[in-house]
Amino acid sequence: MQTTATEATRTSAILSLVVRNHPGVMSHVCGLFARRAFNVEGILCVAVGNGTHSAILLLVNEDERLEQLIRQLGKLEDVVAVRRAPHAGAAFAAVASHLRSSTAS
Amino acid sequence: MKTTGAQLLTRLLERQGVTTLAGIPGGANLPLYDALRASTIRHVLARHEQGAGFIAQGMARVTGQPAVCFGTSGPGATNLLTAIADAKLDSIPIVAVTGQVPRAMIGTDAFQEIDTYGLTIPITKHNFLVRSATELLDVIPEAFRIAGSGRPGPVVVDVPKDVQSETIDFGTLPEPGRPDPPPRLDGDIVARAAALLTAARRPVLLVGAGVIASGASSEVRKLAEKASIPVAATLLGLGALPHDHPLFLGMVGMHAARCTNLLLEDCDLLVGLGVRFDDRATGKASEFCPHAKILHVDIDPSELGKIKQPCVGIAADVGDALRALEPRIDAANREEWLARLAHLRAAFPLAMPGGDDPLQPYGIIRHTAALVPSDSIVTTDVGQHQMWTAQAYPLTRPRQWLTSGGLGTMGFGLPAAIGAALAMPGRTVVCFSGDGSLLMNLQELATAAEEDANVKVILLNNAHLGLVRQQQQLFYGRRYHASRFLAEPDFAAIARGFGLSAWNLEDARDPLGTLAQALGEPGPCLINVPIAAEKNVYPMVPPGGANRDMIEGETRADDRH
Repeated sequence: MQTTATEATRTSAILSLVVRNHPGVMSHVCGLFARRAFNVEGILCVAVGNGTHSAILLLVNEDERLEQLIRQLGKLEDVVAVRRAPHAGAAFAAVASHLRSSTAS
Repeated sequence: MKTTGAQLLTRLLERQGVTTLAGIPGGANLPLYDALRASTIRHVLARHEQGAGFIAQGMARVTGQPAVCFGTSGPGATNLLTAIADAKLDSIPIVAVTGQVPRAMIGTDAFQEIDTYGLTIPITKHNFLVRSATELLDVIPEAFRIAGSGRPGPVVVDVPKDVQSETIDFGTLPEPGRPDPPPRLDGDIVARAAALLTAARRPVLLVGAGVIASGASSEVRKLAEKASIPVAATLLGLGALPHDHPLFLGMVGMHAARCTNLLLEDCDLLVGLGVRFDDRATGKASEFCPHAKILHVDIDPSELGKIKQPCVGIAADVGDALRALEPRIDAANREEWLARLAHLRAAFPLAMPGGDDPLQPYGIIRHTAALVPSDSIVTTDVGQHQMWTAQAYPLTRPRQWLTSGGLGTMGFGLPAAIGAALAMPGRTVVCFSGDGSLLMNLQELATAAEEDANVKVILLNNAHLGLVRQQQQLFYGRRYHASRFLAEPDFAAIARGFGLSAWNLEDARDPLGTLAQALGEPGPCLINVPIAAEKNVYPMVPPGGANRDMIEGETRADDRH
């Protein structure tokens, strides 16, 4: 639905992370959000380069605590870079449509 | 060079400068202990892994260098968790090395298998599950680099048993891991900070653990004296300035002297140095220093604006920041502001009833301080005795004062004191404890006896969980429940049973003479001091309340006891 998508972009933010690729990194990232009571609406993760690193996109709520969360993410040893990626919404839209069609079938 | 993972790990620890570590062996770290036998490192056998963790903390807190503890898999690792979490909240550099079941058995619910990596994510600065012996060449230096860099903290290295036994052939040993250089200071922001401080008429410096970690006490003192700025401390900042420095206000917050909290009410600029605006220090954060702008210096950028939004926030080493700031600040006398301080001090001093009586809280603390050498180290457990000691012990220097601040862990005091005594042989270490706290790591009396650690346990024994009793009295309508111990152990007899010398001041004809004799003998001892259960810590800010709203603690009010 076009209207909900527009509303979502108004209240959501997308973070782009580059992390070291090894078992446990996702626990570090997701655990940080969980223990600071911050909901993650969407996660996309793929290996990049020669597999030593992963790129993660996080769809999160835009609220006043987000800046603090970004700083906390920056402190994680396995997080190499973190930045806002406001124009990455298409990736989540594509995955959402894929997941909706696959669960409908 | 051919070696096993365990031998390599031990060698890397030696190269990090580790000379003493504490731990307990078990099934999954036996290869490590086999390698340790041949090492120059002295192993201290704790009696519970939590004790080992706090022994490491004691060493780290007095030296500022990362210290190491060992535990086996499963319960060895879970027993370490409290000490690791405590190190995280107080920013203490420790490296905990745990055994893990062999790689092929991970994930099978093997005997003594636990997800140490998963369990320690939220309570460490970083953690590792080592997947091959070769990885140790990177992981061990990294662990020490991370533990000691920036804001220090704990690191866990989980090593499967077969990785410890794995034989590898490698070229050269890596350089030991050293802390990263501190972040570069931005000149513009220092100029803005200087402008803020220059414009302030009623500034106060608030010093915390970051000043101790940075070794910035002399910088704090220089700035404070030059510009006549009063200095308050958080619980963990005590010792940054000598207790009797004319500008020093003592501890701020829940159990501060009235004059200290009241002066902060009036300040127009609060300079937070290596502090994180903990709720026990600020009271209700929105009403902390209500008329003040905030200048905040902390090496951890995520602390800037976390609780209080600063006018100027500097993410830097406190010492670096102060060295850059001080030349830009003009000398000032600040007569009006210091007169206000003098007035508040005279009108609302810290009341210390019973300060001369060795059988009362303030008295035993003051008398002990007068009897031990001036280079003694002080640890505490958690509760009333901790706050009395924070208020009354005449601390004179950084790293003299070891206490569990953030996590508030009962059971910290004794093993931390053992660690301090091991790291500083020749010094006296006084551990002020309570009967509730001491029981939580009582088994470490055996370690103290075995190591002949020069630890003097001063047990303020009121047969209660005193701070719980106090809160039930003040905030729960005197409905006391589960805060009184009906069984009252004979702690002196217990200590003797562990091989310590012990005294009971209750029975002493001359309590002060007995205290002097006990403190004068070398080696570990316990001194049991009966304390009336009704003795409370005052003043007290009710939890969640504003710091201006203090209960009792005025000289008149306390004279009733």
